[in-house]
Amino acid sequence: MERLLDTLIRPAFANPPLDRRHDGARLDLAGRLAFTTDSYVVRPLFFPGGDIGTLAVNGTVNDLAMCGARPAYLSASFILEEGLSLDTLRRVVHSMSDAAAAVGVEIVTGDLKVVDRGKADGLFVNTAGVGRIVAADPIEPQSVRPGDAVIVSGDLARHGIAVMATREGLGFESAIESDCAPLADPVLALIEAGIAVHCLRDLTRGGLASALVEIAETAALSIDIDETAVPVREDVRSACELLGLDPLHVANEGRFVAFVPAAEAVRALAQLRRFPVSEAATVIGAVGQAATGRVICKSAIGGRHVLDMLAGDQLPRIC
Amino acid sequence: MCLAVPGKILAIAGEDPIMRVARVDFGGIVKEINLAYAPEAEIGAYVLVHVGFAISVVDEKEAGRVFEHLRVIGDIEAELGVEVRQ
Amino acid sequence: MKFRDEYRDPEAARRFAVAIARAATRPWTLMEVCGGQTHAIVRCGIDELLPTGITLVHGPGCPVCVTPVDYVDKAIEIADRPGTILASFGDMLRVPGSNGDLFAAKSRGADIRVVYSPLDALTIARANPNREVVFFAVGFETTAPANGMAVYRARREGLQNFSMLASHVLVPPAMRSILSLPTNKIQGFLAAGHVCTIMGFEEYVPLASQFRVPIVVTGFEPLDILEGVYLCVRQLEAGRAEVENQYSRSVQREGNQLAQKIMREVFRVVRRRWRGIGEIEESGLGLAETYRDLDAETRFGLVVSREERQSDCISGLVLCGERKPPECPAFGTRCTPEHPLGVTMVSSEGACAAYYRYRGVPVAEAAE
Repeated sequence: MERLLDTLIRPAFANPPLDRRHDGARLDLAGRLAFTTDSYVVRPLFFPGGDIGTLAVNGTVNDLAMCGARPAYLSASFILEEGLSLDTLRRVVHSMSDAAAAVGVEIVTGDLKVVDRGKADGLFVNTAGVGRIVAADPIEPQSVRPGDAVIVSGDLARHGIAVMATREGLGFESAIESDCAPLADPVLALIEAGIAVHCLRDLTRGGLASALVEIAETAALSIDIDETAVPVREDVRSACELLGLDPLHVANEGRFVAFVPAAEAVRALAQLRRFPVSEAATVIGAVGQAATGRVICKSAIGGRHVLDMLAGDQLPRIC
Repeated sequence: MCLAVPGKILAIAGEDPIMRVARVDFGGIVKEINLAYAPEAEIGAYVLVHVGFAISVVDEKEAGRVFEHLRVIGDIEAELGVEVRQ
Repeated sequence: MKFRDEYRDPEAARRFAVAIARAATRPWTLMEVCGGQTHAIVRCGIDELLPTGITLVHGPGCPVCVTPVDYVDKAIEIADRPGTILASFGDMLRVPGSNGDLFAAKSRGADIRVVYSPLDALTIARANPNREVVFFAVGFETTAPANGMAVYRARREGLQNFSMLASHVLVPPAMRSILSLPTNKIQGFLAAGHVCTIMGFEEYVPLASQFRVPIVVTGFEPLDILEGVYLCVRQLEAGRAEVENQYSRSVQREGNQLAQKIMREVFRVVRRRWRGIGEIEESGLGLAETYRDLDAETRFGLVVSREERQSDCISGLVLCGERKPPECPAFGTRCTPEHPLGVTMVSSEGACAAYYRYRGVPVAEAAE
């Protein structure tokens, strides 16, 4: 294992703290910090638009961004199933180093373990991350206010469809690519422009619906959204139709919702649209006055229903 | 039950009617679909697809009937001098 | 998407809703049979657009919901055997059996593969000649031709390692069963448009005349459902009880003859137990005698069906429209989508799950 760390992983991530080959990295970080961790267990390991490595770096970078922090350092731990090909590991590690370089973070410490065949699904990756908080006020559901505009940073459902289509071998002719991407730049732009960002949430498993429901429940406020305002690419929508999936519940990996005061929505959109990852940012709804903790979605034909979190991931359905 | 989605036939292949397949475009997603139950389907036609099989060819004339019906309802109400109020 | 988006036009929906409100002079109770229609109604908030006198009851149109417990148990038993691969539609994975569901079996290592089409199960069988591949075939008449084709082709190809666990159900016997209940309150039906695409609508004519109920063959988009309701209400107001075809862009009177031909070849009509409802004569499809060797129940010597366990779940009464989900003492408390007591809460088309998610928008919030 030490050999793998030396020959493969350290050279790929190369940075001064890591190169010291110590038990931990000594860093110089002061002030208010954001700290997060996530484990990545995606199957398949490789999919159009990314792999478990890109997810592992961007996912943690994005969680830091959602705290209003500038991502600084990451750790990376690997649990390998015995028999995993070296080539697979190499590809994942290089994805991670590319993703880290793209954001300007360093992977400064980590670990690698091998477990018996059958005890891990090929490869599990955990990353933890730390960053300096840039936002002056707390960015959290409790800061959300009635009347706030609800903004989504781009079109939905690409990641979930990309992974499912690959995993289940759905036979779509041209692959839909995951939207896996880092979100630090647009978020920091919002904060640095002086916009009062009340809440941010990156959309991952459970899609837009889960994020909104969690925020509404935690904030004990109601949220109204207009389904026709939610951006979904035509082919992604069609794939969802074919599989009986609801785009509002499908996973994303490079999208977030932002809650800002209504008066600042236009400025917020202008900032977000400067970046390719959020060039399709748009307002999809608003926070209501009632303290219901519910999300109401107005459908294309005008009727409304309560948006709920689904228990478990969506599966393709025929019924 | 019965999620069936409309798609446009781009190309057809196969001699054996049981094995005849089409490349079908579902609004940007193209997938291969079995045509065993829609032997009359031609390139350019729309089919309704359920679990990978075309179960009917969309009758384009009938498809407009819903809107024709709406128009008729609207005309009747206009004739009766009835206002369509919210 | 053509032939989909135009049936979601909000202005047309509003006009249909107004027309329904004008046509209805009294309250009417209608049942939509198909789970896909239930899904559209709840998802698009169609019942919110209807006048308060029109009640839509969600019927047993979810083959997932009504699949008997013992068939789920058989599927799990097959999947748990070493060397087998169970191929299934995604819908079935979270349906509770006597001891857990297929998803749980998958988590403990059973090789269970979600497929989009039954032909994908054949592909799996060809790719794994040393493993037994079983396809868990559920569904109404809509899916039977596709499932039947898989078996038909397996026989033609001489595929040795493929078999089917068949638990199909038929719609008209279920409708007859509901209409025959002394407590029946359903006055009109929206029949399942894709079932009728396959079977036509001849078999509904005797039902309409015997029980004096209008039956409108209806599609799945919002405008289809609204037009279906409108046509049904018009008949009720005029005292008519006929079969009408709203979904004429897909449905013809005689249905899809080729599909019916394969169904007749591969399947035979059997008595079926409907979960929560009980046994209904001639209400299901099993494999025909000549296809016995491709029947997983024969190949695996599966156990005789057990009695259904009694529980607090009233899904049977809900499925027949006798009770509404909120009337169940366990609704929303002991029974939620996260821990369901029965399948009407598990399946996203199930009436209880639909009610739970919808949960009624209070009048105060309805003001725009």
